[in-house]
Amino acid sequence: MKYKIFTILALFFILSTKSFALVSVDITRGNLDPLPTAISDFYLDSKLADNIKNLKLESKIPELIQNNLSRSGLFFALEKKSFIQRPEPAHNKPRFEDWAFIKTQVLVTGKISLEKEGRLRVEFKLWDVVSATELSALAFYTTPDNWRRVSHMISDKIYERLTGEKGYFDSRIIYVSETGPKVDKKKRLAVMDQDGYGVKYLTLGNELVLTPRFSPTSQQVTYMSYFKNLPRVYLLNIETGIQDLVGDFPGMTFAPRFSPDGKKIIMSFAQEGNSDIYTMDIKTRVVEKLTDHPSIDTSPSYSPDGSYITFNSDRSGFQQIYTMKSDGTNVKRISFGEGLYGTPVWSPRGDLIAFTKLYRNKFYIGVMRSDGSGERLLTENYYQEAPSWAPNGRVLVFYRETASDSSGRGGGAKLWSIDLTGYNERLIQTPTDASDPSWSGLLSGK
Amino acid sequence: MLFKNLNKVALALVMTLFLGACATQQATTTTKGDDAYTGTETVKFLADGVPDRVFFSTNKSELTSAATTTLGKQATYLKANPTLNVVLEGHADERGTREYNLALGERRATAAKNYLISNGVAANRIKVLSYGKEKPANPASNVLAWSQNRRTVTVKTN
Repeated sequence: MKYKIFTILALFFILSTKSFALVSVDITRGNLDPLPTAISDFYLDSKLADNIKNLKLESKIPELIQNNLSRSGLFFALEKKSFIQRPEPAHNKPRFEDWAFIKTQVLVTGKISLEKEGRLRVEFKLWDVVSATELSALAFYTTPDNWRRVSHMISDKIYERLTGEKGYFDSRIIYVSETGPKVDKKKRLAVMDQDGYGVKYLTLGNELVLTPRFSPTSQQVTYMSYFKNLPRVYLLNIETGIQDLVGDFPGMTFAPRFSPDGKKIIMSFAQEGNSDIYTMDIKTRVVEKLTDHPSIDTSPSYSPDGSYITFNSDRSGFQQIYTMKSDGTNVKRISFGEGLYGTPVWSPRGDLIAFTKLYRNKFYIGVMRSDGSGERLLTENYYQEAPSWAPNGRVLVFYRETASDSSGRGGGAKLWSIDLTGYNERLIQTPTDASDPSWSGLLSGK
Repeated sequence: MLFKNLNKVALALVMTLFLGACATQQATTTTKGDDAYTGTETVKFLADGVPDRVFFSTNKSELTSAATTTLGKQATYLKANPTLNVVLEGHADERGTREYNLALGERRATAAKNYLISNGVAANRIKVLSYGKEKPANPASNVLAWSQNRRTVTVKTN
């Protein structure tokens, strides 16, 4: 149960050139013309011990960076075998004409050397091949077994330098792993890196668990469990494995999420056929009731500044999306299109709300502005729901189920990601069927 | 909502074509919001002549006349067996978001609970438990299965 949190000891700029970059990536539109990018193997300092050399980090780190950048849909990685210059001279002084010859616009190079006490120094440089300039260079110090984190952080630095936006690669996704027959699924909490690597199971599957959500500020997760057949919201620290019941409610609590400062949990409490929205302060345990309406009020989600809440209610007779101030006042319906709307979730950028829509027997993931205008549907399918934003608000992860046949076979759930633009829809591989994904914040902070 | 209605009518027509010959499987009618299952498949019995479950229309938690008939029989049975306690398990079909369905299952189970109470069963003998869409009775992805899954099941706890 104990979840190892890696630490990166030091991170600093070696060099920060102010030169104007000719290459840049516009991520505000669907990117149909990804940026040609060459990611060279890194070169290894000859003083490295054999046991470190055997890890083949000089090729594994660039491969992981390449996977991240390619999956973003914004970069097109050129094949290594076309590269003319060797990794070491390329890192020290690239022959830009060699790289321009293979039609790359961007070059990534790197060097791995040994520091004290078995630590590694992983340095990378990002080059603009078109203007023949160095765009950025950074070094990370870490233990060899932490090379994936470092690769994700380097990927974020490259993404940030070329797009002008925050990255999202150094992050995790928590989800529900599903196995067994549809009438009696075994569900377990699982967490993995955003690229699907390193799945760890956090519960044993003895009881039904649903809708885990990451804390934006700590290694805590809130989720719903049917422990002892009492469906309630729980708080789990994934470092220590310590688990806490949230509040003391005489009935079902569900649909939990954290407030943006990580101090409160907002959720629904169902009693006598009526679900309303409550918050509980994690430290003081003080409970506050925010909605008081005989309808179903659920799926609450805070705006990133904490001043507003979006939620799902059927007070109009059908499931629609509403917003209110965080004290429960000023309730306003914002979805008015045809169909039913659910699972609103506020973008970390604050401008958009992602949602699930049911219209003419199809399910859609879409986004609208927080006043309900500008509705845009990103993807249509038999069944899909529960969008969750990447920390930079540019990508959504959600789950999709296919129909099962007349005997109930087939129909498993899988995790998918899609760009805000509606392009670049991708399956995220998981060892089992998977649902209810929730994206963490950036692990390395700002 | 026009398209939604048309859609339901179309689905109902399809059902009629496929199931018209099979009297036990009629799942839908053509009026709006009234597609509760009326057959006997999946139904079990608490005792002789006392069905264990009632069915609901899409997104609804109102009791149909068939449901109140069944709950009336359950109330009579429970009053005749005063030491028996029950849990009412509320369920939804798979065509809705997970969190909303949890609330809907609770609302359906509560509707059945209130009917039992109003028919003389002591409130402290009844618990409600919503499973949302987590435990379908029929795992197929079709109109018949969805109608069988929109249900509240009365389960003896002792």
